[in-house]
Amino acid sequence: MQELKKEYKDLLPEKIIQEIEDSLPEKVSKTQLKEIFKRVLEEYENSQVDPGESVGLIAAESIGEPGTQMTLNTFHFAGVAEMNVTTGLPRIIEIVDGREKIKTPMMEIFLQKPYSEGEKIKELAMKIKSTLLEDLAKEFSINIGELTIELQLDREVIKQVGIREETIQKTISQGVKSITIKKTEDGFIIRPRAKGNESLNELYKLKEKLRALFITGIKNIQQVLPVKRKGEWIIVTSGTNLKDVMKLKEIDPTRTISNDIKEIRKVLGVEAARQSIINEVYKVIEDQGLNINVRHIMMVSDTMCMTGEVKGITRYGIVGEKASVLARASFETPIKHLLNAAIQGEEDHLISVIENVMLNQPVPTGTGLPTLKMKR
Amino acid sequence: MADDYTAIHVHKKVQSITFQSFSPKMIKKIAVAKVVTPELYDKEGYPVDGGLMDIRLGVIDPGLNCKTCGSRLKECQGHFGYIELARPVIHINFVAHILAALRTTCRECGRLLLKQAKINKLLEELKQTEKEDGLDAKRAKIKAIITSARNTTSCPHCKTRQQKITLEKPTTFLENEKRVNPIEIRSRLEKIPDEDISLIGLESEFIRPEWMILTVMLIPPVTMRPSITLETGERSEDDLTHKLGDIVRINQRLFENINAGAPEIIVEDLWDLLQYHVTTFFDNAVAQLPPARHRSGQPLKTISERLKSKEGRIRHNLAGKRTNFSSRTVISPDPRIGMNEVGVPKIVAQKITIPETVTKWNMDYIKEFIERGAENYPGSNYIIRPDGKRKRITDETKEQLLEELQPGYVVERHLMDGDVAIFNRQPSLHKMSMMCHRVKVLPGRTFRINPAVCHPYNADFDGDEMNLHVPQTEEARAEAEILMEVQTQIISPRYGLSVIGCIQDAISGNYVLTKFIDLPRKEAAELLYSAGIDDFSKLGTKKILNGREIFSSILPEDLDFEGKAKDGTPVVIKKGKLVEGVIDDNAFGSEKALLFRRIHKKYGKDFTLKLMEQVSLLGIETLLKYGLSSGLSDIDMPKEATEKIEETLTKAKQATEDLIKQFRDGELEILPGRSMEETLELKIMEVLNKARNETGNIAQEYAKVSATTIMARSGARGGPLNMAQMAACVGQQAMRGKRIGKGYKGRTLSCFKEKDLSAEARGFVENSFKKGLTPAEFFFGSITGRDSLMDTALRTPKSGYLYRRLANAMQDLKVEYDGTIRDSAKKVVQFKYGEDGIDVSRSENGTINIKQIIQDVVEG
Repeated sequence: MQELKKEYKDLLPEKIIQEIEDSLPEKVSKTQLKEIFKRVLEEYENSQVDPGESVGLIAAESIGEPGTQMTLNTFHFAGVAEMNVTTGLPRIIEIVDGREKIKTPMMEIFLQKPYSEGEKIKELAMKIKSTLLEDLAKEFSINIGELTIELQLDREVIKQVGIREETIQKTISQGVKSITIKKTEDGFIIRPRAKGNESLNELYKLKEKLRALFITGIKNIQQVLPVKRKGEWIIVTSGTNLKDVMKLKEIDPTRTISNDIKEIRKVLGVEAARQSIINEVYKVIEDQGLNINVRHIMMVSDTMCMTGEVKGITRYGIVGEKASVLARASFETPIKHLLNAAIQGEEDHLISVIENVMLNQPVPTGTGLPTLKMKR
Repeated sequence: MADDYTAIHVHKKVQSITFQSFSPKMIKKIAVAKVVTPELYDKEGYPVDGGLMDIRLGVIDPGLNCKTCGSRLKECQGHFGYIELARPVIHINFVAHILAALRTTCRECGRLLLKQAKINKLLEELKQTEKEDGLDAKRAKIKAIITSARNTTSCPHCKTRQQKITLEKPTTFLENEKRVNPIEIRSRLEKIPDEDISLIGLESEFIRPEWMILTVMLIPPVTMRPSITLETGERSEDDLTHKLGDIVRINQRLFENINAGAPEIIVEDLWDLLQYHVTTFFDNAVAQLPPARHRSGQPLKTISERLKSKEGRIRHNLAGKRTNFSSRTVISPDPRIGMNEVGVPKIVAQKITIPETVTKWNMDYIKEFIERGAENYPGSNYIIRPDGKRKRITDETKEQLLEELQPGYVVERHLMDGDVAIFNRQPSLHKMSMMCHRVKVLPGRTFRINPAVCHPYNADFDGDEMNLHVPQTEEARAEAEILMEVQTQIISPRYGLSVIGCIQDAISGNYVLTKFIDLPRKEAAELLYSAGIDDFSKLGTKKILNGREIFSSILPEDLDFEGKAKDGTPVVIKKGKLVEGVIDDNAFGSEKALLFRRIHKKYGKDFTLKLMEQVSLLGIETLLKYGLSSGLSDIDMPKEATEKIEETLTKAKQATEDLIKQFRDGELEILPGRSMEETLELKIMEVLNKARNETGNIAQEYAKVSATTIMARSGARGGPLNMAQMAACVGQQAMRGKRIGKGYKGRTLSCFKEKDLSAEARGFVENSFKKGLTPAEFFFGSITGRDSLMDTALRTPKSGYLYRRLANAMQDLKVEYDGTIRDSAKKVVQFKYGEDGIDVSRSENGTINIKQIIQDVVEG
């Protein structure tokens, strides 16, 4: 076996050799083994793509054609009935656009051992969730006579979050400028530091500011939901903050993911972003009950990540960066491209498909690839 | 002699195209006429010399000769003219560049507002970036340079203080709120030295900044703006001509006024007007300007509008082509023609021709076509002499042409059986939307196709039309045949399964045959014969044969297969005999036929195609002989089932009521992150959907074998859901993924009470289609219908645009000879296609079936 493995190392991809090894029955003779390798290699070589094959277009067709069958319903349930997630065509468009801000950011946080078995999961979830002052308050009211804001704390929630009331007081006084804060029986009284001319309007603004004051947890995580998936507890969140969540000791950083591709690019790099584009698109496609081979999605993902940055397939992204003037002009905003070409004296070497179509010349893919010269 | 009729094919004529701008000098040089008068024609209707329709600019009238090149209509492609503008005018498309140039250079000395050392350094850097990272990186850099230079307050070269320059859109430049006229701007731009302009994104080799202010204007040739003669004999001029007429007229007036020494205000007004006309000549959709209009009020289509968008020159005329030798008509089905054939009406076949070169070996054969002429089929329409002259074959010319015919001539003969043609249905979303078929000339007026190839085209026969193209050269025919013929497209590159497969009655027919039918040998043979099979050796000698044995006789003898039918029961084929199981959608349908892929792999594409034809005919013939008709009684339920269904529905309704009560009492347990109302909706939806599914299951359980169940179970048409809706309960109607809630205030219809949240008031249809719907239920059904209609209408353009973007971005990725995937600039996208180089359409969905190979080897 080892000999054969060595022999075929350069001929077959690792994955296939591994698969052969895994699926061999217990008793195989050496000649049989040889025969197996020979046949697999033969099969492998027969199934290779032809040079010149327009694989990019095939990938585009493979995703574009079933696009008409996808639902437009933005919201769908991603395994959890409580969480809204963008799926279907809008999600694919969102990914392919390479948007900076996605519609429904989400994380799946995998946990280290005692937690993944459901232990103390509620506490951990609360720790991750970003807690605003609003969440801790039972009531927020403005005392018009005194020109103060009265805050009634919700002790139950405070207990759940596990935060001391003094800490809250400190965070408030640090977070908002020029106020005095006084502790009372069941909350705080907040008074703007007297300048003598506070209007009610300003007080109202202050109240809104206080409401959204970040107290504890991880920023941007608006909701947390512990779910049991495949016999393991995970935490699903809405809102993402990969960088800060990864710093937690309780989680499993190797599997924890976000669905925000640009964020993954920043935190984990292009390779991770590339894989996550593949995963996200594939998830949608599976969800819709469509059947598309992964390599087509890989092709899209690789095109987007080719430069080392995640670039959208738009006139500002990949398409706008093509080498050929005519190819760019034929996509969108032709006037702009032609004009810029004219002032820079750009030369179009007619290397891609569309320019040659324009000029009625053979295109450089498929049967147009070989450039054979013959003597008459 | 061989050389005489070898066509000369030049592989590529154009190597590259360089874009650059015209200088005023160049404009005068390429122009053949100076336009000085706005008049177009004189009294006799003859184009005026020095007018816009000057015949030096090209000819558009038949019979006239071009004064410049001497050729006639269609031979002369036209020549440019020019106008001398009385005052310089800003070119609208360059406004941004002019602004950048003014802001970044000194108003006195014209130098870039950066220190000499920095300029030298940046020049060096720019060259470097262009070489290493390409033009895009360079453009980004230039942008940064422009922002850094424009904030300098005094010129580092001559120490002049700089003023703030702003642009008042569209074409007015202000310096300290005071207007700078184009003459001034032009003189400033003239001062900028060549070395400096490349730092603001202009290449001195191709453009000078002052060229962006027009002093002379190029007049496009008349061939680019032909006038049309209306039926009344009146001439109607092109939009561009109208616009140019305005420009010339105002320009003349401006000249006259300047020469007459008119007051400055009048001159300025005319100048502005000239600016407006020149601007709208280039772009009639400038945001701040009212578009120039026809007398009828519709905006003129000027140069920008001609190029832009889908109907513009680039996408409509350059990237999209028209073709001859094509035909379009309605399609209709014909299960008896081959799957790689297309039935072509005789009248089409007599119009579309194939050029056949005459050699001394096929002389007699071709002469027959000429003798039959254009009227008789199969004849020929034209003869092409070696010098390219075309001659129509008519009864009068026939004799003479026959005499004249010799090797090297080309005869265009009618389309005949076996010729290749490319068949296409829009929208052409994937490569299987254009496949090559063999022509089969048939009577009638429609194209005929085998219903099994409907799926790749996404065609049906409710009035669909399709296009037929006939390739005219040997190369094109060879490519069509080898790369595009139907059998080469059986396995889809999208998911590695067949896109072509039996549909509808072909599937249910085989299901009936393999499940229910036993036949005497004689009848079995008859059935097979009617399906086009004449080899009965596999039938054996038994007196009574069952359906599986009959079906087996079309399978190859060494075929082994183990799979699952649609209902999960095993299907076993051993040594070409169907031992167990039934044949249904999972075996021969499109998109999931595993058996099919096996056969395709083992026996090749041509065999598969033939087998598919036979299977589908066998199914159809079975149904023809033994019948399959459905009726209302198909979905009759026994009393027991109806009771069960009713019980389930009552329970579900009760559960809903309970939930509503809990909600009203505020006792409903809220799901995290949801409001009470949302929780209620979610829970009710869950309960009702479960109820519908349950009733469906009951209906399935009690359904007797009937045509309807056969269709559903074989996968021919319809599914459990359709059965359930017909027999048991239609179920919850939804709009935008929610229960129906809108309509009147607080209720859906006036027959319900306000704030009624119950199942029936929010679109739950408890009746079955068979029982009949109440008016309210029917109304809810129509809401769902309209909602899905809207969804489709919104989705189509969205997904179309996504597809266009994907295709545009990836169209030039291809596999190179070294196995890498690269784009047109030879940048690597993938090192190996899909990480292992396996073609989806040549493998089992992108993988190699290693287990199968091991099994084959181990078992010998």
